[in-house]
Amino acid sequence: MSVQQPKIDTSPKVSDEIRKTTCYMCACRCGINVHMKDGKVAYIEGNRDHPVNRGVLCAKGSAGIMQHNAPSRLRKPLKRVGPRGSGEFEEISWDEALDIAVGWLKPLHDTNPEKLAFFTGRDQSQSFTSFWAQNFGTCNYAAHGGFCSVNMAAGGIYTMGGAFWEFGQPDWDHTKLFMLFGVAEDHDSNPIKMGIGKIKARGAKVIGVNPVRSGYNAVADEWVAITPGTDGLFILALVHELMKAGKVDAQYLSRFTNAPVLIDKDTGLFLRDDNGKELVIDSVTGDLTPFDQKGVRPSLSATHEGHQTAMALMAEKYLDPQYAPEAVAETCGIPAEKIRKIAADLARVAFDEAIELDREWVDFRGETHQKMIGRPVAMHAMRGISAHSNGFQTCRALHILQIILGTVETPGGFRFKPPYPKPVEAHPKPHCKVTPGAPLDGPHLGFVRGPEDLMLKDDGTPARIDKAFTWENPMSSHGLMHMVISNAYAGDPYKIDTLFMYMANMSWNSSMNTRGVIEMLTDKDESGEYKIPRIIYSDAYSSEMVAYADLILPDTTYLERHDCISLLDRPICEADGAADAIRWPVVEPDRDVRGFQSVLVQLANKMALKGFTHEDGTAKWQDYADYIVNHERKPGIGPLAGFRGKDGKSVGRGEVNPGQLDSYIENGGFFLHHVPDEASYFKPWNAAYQDWAVELGLFDSPQPYLFQLYSEPMRKFQRAAEGHGERQPPEHLRDRLKTVMDPLPFWYAPFEDTHVDTDEYPIHALTQRPMAMYHSWGTQNAWLRQVHGRNPLYVSQKIWDEHGFEEDGWAEVTSVHGSITVPVMLQTTLNDHTVWTWNAIGKRKGAWALEEGAPEATKGFLLNHLIHELLPPKGDGLRWANSDPITGQAAWFDLRVKIEKAAAPLESQPGFAPIKSPVGRGPKDLTWKVGK
Amino acid sequence: MTTLPSSTTRKLGLVIDLDTCVGCHACVISCKGWNTENYGAPLSDQDPYGADPVGTFLNRVHSFEVKPEDSPPQLIHFPKSCLHCEDAPCVTVCPTGASYKRVEDGIVLVNETDCIGCGLCAWSCPYGARELDGAEKVMKKCTLCVDRIYNENLPEEDREPACVRTCPAGARHFGDFADPDSNVSKLTAERGGMDLMPEQGTKPVNKYLPPRQKDSWEGEVDVLAPFLAPVAEEPKGFLGWLDKTLEKL
Repeated sequence: MSVQQPKIDTSPKVSDEIRKTTCYMCACRCGINVHMKDGKVAYIEGNRDHPVNRGVLCAKGSAGIMQHNAPSRLRKPLKRVGPRGSGEFEEISWDEALDIAVGWLKPLHDTNPEKLAFFTGRDQSQSFTSFWAQNFGTCNYAAHGGFCSVNMAAGGIYTMGGAFWEFGQPDWDHTKLFMLFGVAEDHDSNPIKMGIGKIKARGAKVIGVNPVRSGYNAVADEWVAITPGTDGLFILALVHELMKAGKVDAQYLSRFTNAPVLIDKDTGLFLRDDNGKELVIDSVTGDLTPFDQKGVRPSLSATHEGHQTAMALMAEKYLDPQYAPEAVAETCGIPAEKIRKIAADLARVAFDEAIELDREWVDFRGETHQKMIGRPVAMHAMRGISAHSNGFQTCRALHILQIILGTVETPGGFRFKPPYPKPVEAHPKPHCKVTPGAPLDGPHLGFVRGPEDLMLKDDGTPARIDKAFTWENPMSSHGLMHMVISNAYAGDPYKIDTLFMYMANMSWNSSMNTRGVIEMLTDKDESGEYKIPRIIYSDAYSSEMVAYADLILPDTTYLERHDCISLLDRPICEADGAADAIRWPVVEPDRDVRGFQSVLVQLANKMALKGFTHEDGTAKWQDYADYIVNHERKPGIGPLAGFRGKDGKSVGRGEVNPGQLDSYIENGGFFLHHVPDEASYFKPWNAAYQDWAVELGLFDSPQPYLFQLYSEPMRKFQRAAEGHGERQPPEHLRDRLKTVMDPLPFWYAPFEDTHVDTDEYPIHALTQRPMAMYHSWGTQNAWLRQVHGRNPLYVSQKIWDEHGFEEDGWAEVTSVHGSITVPVMLQTTLNDHTVWTWNAIGKRKGAWALEEGAPEATKGFLLNHLIHELLPPKGDGLRWANSDPITGQAAWFDLRVKIEKAAAPLESQPGFAPIKSPVGRGPKDLTWKVGK
Repeated sequence: MTTLPSSTTRKLGLVIDLDTCVGCHACVISCKGWNTENYGAPLSDQDPYGADPVGTFLNRVHSFEVKPEDSPPQLIHFPKSCLHCEDAPCVTVCPTGASYKRVEDGIVLVNETDCIGCGLCAWSCPYGARELDGAEKVMKKCTLCVDRIYNENLPEEDREPACVRTCPAGARHFGDFADPDSNVSKLTAERGGMDLMPEQGTKPVNKYLPPRQKDSWEGEVDVLAPFLAPVAEEPKGFLGWLDKTLEKL
């Protein structure tokens, strides 16, 4: 039958209005256009003008509408009425909730502020939450970096004054070879995909170094199926090959790094002049001179009275045959020939295919360079290499590789994003001096320069509940959130009164040893009191953690709140510009909930915390939006850099502008200020960039510095372990510190390998988040859970064959700590000795408003049950953390397991009793259409 | 039987780059969001928070493992939606005329008021690209965002399918295959764009760009990329070499 083609409306009205704000479905903070119909959220797309995502948006971002409307949203403050873990609550008013909280907190503020442990999880307002904690006076504050990727962040900042992801990015527009380590699907989201897309469109090469070939590694041209935990050794073999062949950027090393700095042969510290300036030998004059003088050409090989350069120490270390490809091949699971090919490819692209940009620039010694010479090799890495007990040294090793190739801050390489580059010296040190009724003596977190900066009490015991900045993990710049509950429960180093947490699912996927943590949260002492007496928790959703708190402060969704993504902490800058952003309530909540940061302001006001209170006793701010606009960290510098000053035209520095948020909204929710062309590369040494940064308020004076191939802070800790100085480590840590605090990166086997029998537990077990759920709350999302509703254990072909697994089969997976029984699936694109699964798909029955029969709760599982926050006992009576010994980063990926075929149980094991849902269940059908 | 037009003025469709697609599902969800709000009935979900959530999607991403003979296994992400075939069996099989192919641009659409939900079209489609909506009981399929690409209420740069606009890796391209100078025609020519299952004789309009050659480092030593020659075996020799190099500069 032939029919008349129907007439359709090809120009329907799209929406009533577009409101532009910032996504919060993960940590990327993309710009979004929220289409409104009839006052409701109808459709979300990327904002084309936004510097982070340029209009694109990932699956999570587009599914934000389902997060915003999720049935698991909390509705009203809750007071626990049943035992902890039961999920039995009664709804209370905000007045009552705040009174309860203040009733608990105010006495602590007045007498023992450190009895409050305040830890925020996926917090994007750390400059504010830390300000609150500082004014409360507790020393116990951090966010989730310690169990996420502090090795990467701290390794970068200590080595080159900046780090991957938030503080830097590959030069996607110019790179010819992109090497990706330990990132299959996450950190970050859209920018990596956009970058890979650009590279692919040019036909440039991508090398993926990862035991799992999925996601970004699936499109990599070359796959290096490395054995987990051996990245550092592989990287140092590349360093060995490149140095041996002279494929290093000698000029770059001489001018911009501490390779030419002389190391005192007696102390291992830098030779310095009276002003503290590092000394080099000028190859022109042969004189000993401070490194930064005009015309100085530092020699890489000179000696002075027996003192050698850092370069000489590096040559000695890395030319050693222990780093030859043949020597590392078996451990890394990479053939020696392949390592040589990679080294050759890196050298070819860096030196034979160097690029030149016609941009003149002036360095900090006053020398003018006619062109910007680029080494177009870009690298990126994240948790895969950092979440190991050797992660910090591995991250340092990776930066050494980038630096000897001359690829950092040069065209085609890796570029910093403002406020980086920023040397360690420009960062605060940590602070822990608690005074009842008064603020802490400074910021909690920072970068220690040596033993004198450790957070120890006078008796040498840890000052902080998480033992950050102690001899157990001296450089723990992000704190150790994963140790808080365990330490508080053990009363080690002391007991606390109230645990206050935000957006951290500690009784489920955010803890190692989940069952153990649940027991710690519910265990009582002889008097019948909970061992952790009080728990306050804020979340927007009915997560597993809600059931374990005594008081719930329900947060809004990200479309109902104010936020600022600030240059004071983790902004949204790009290499070519400084940028920050806001969230604003594009819709008002339809529940009795409040933005957590506004609740903190209200709590602070009720307690009259110092920084929140005028001298006359009145409150400075009424809510978070008020704080964002009116708070000044220093005169003229506030949370937002854009639209400052009376006329809203000042950038960076300027008076408070009462209309600032309106200007942000008008501008699409963000502010972007471009880096001038002549300042675009070589930023740590580029006078034009340094001046720009000062003008913007990032620094008060220019801060040029050298890349720290040789780390003096590390040497200071090592030297203390050798017996020098007043502050001495405890005896049981002395040998370990002597080894791990090596000022030049080296590789050692992950700790679990030396604590368990690797013949009995031969298999590496990993987790990662799928792209469609990375850093999100996705498994409750009606659309996303149809993409990833199950998480089988993916098993390599070799393990599959050896154990005779079959489709729809099950396995019992056992670590030295515990055992799980879970569904298996074959994955051929996997390192032979590795199994892995998606993290945080598994859900507890009763949580997230899901049905109890949801596959997330019946077939889903957590690998966390196999991982302990402590290493197996060694018989020395001590608790050894399952963490990096330098930074304390949780060593999630050190896990070793054995595997056996298992009969199919009814559900994944271990099973947990259901918790009562405080929000009921979701609807049986969804036909979501807003408006007509 | 419904008749196909003998020819269409334009041949609008997608090029999907399998060398670049990282399998992130952004296109899947963006499509779900747009088409829930726009053309026809919303894309519903049954049991969305329960044991067996099943919803309507017009675009899905599948992943396949491939094992070449001499190199490591690969994972290919494969997004799939209606290919807007020139010889679309879903149209000719439709008993009510609800399924049709537009004369002006070749887009295959379902007129929902005429659809009786019999499912014959889904049965006839060799690609499995149509889904019967569980709530509305009408056949849903990719419309190539016919309500975006001509929409005068959208800025011109946004007049492309939602999946193309959102794709973070830029692996999806939209254009007119009837125009040899269009972006999609050029990409197809340059990169060897392929038909999906050409043996079915459906003449799909959408094209797939195959993954580029991977893992060239496996096997034989590549003479074009020789290993690095040492300048020194010992630290002293290396430092001497460094100095000479610096002097030269």
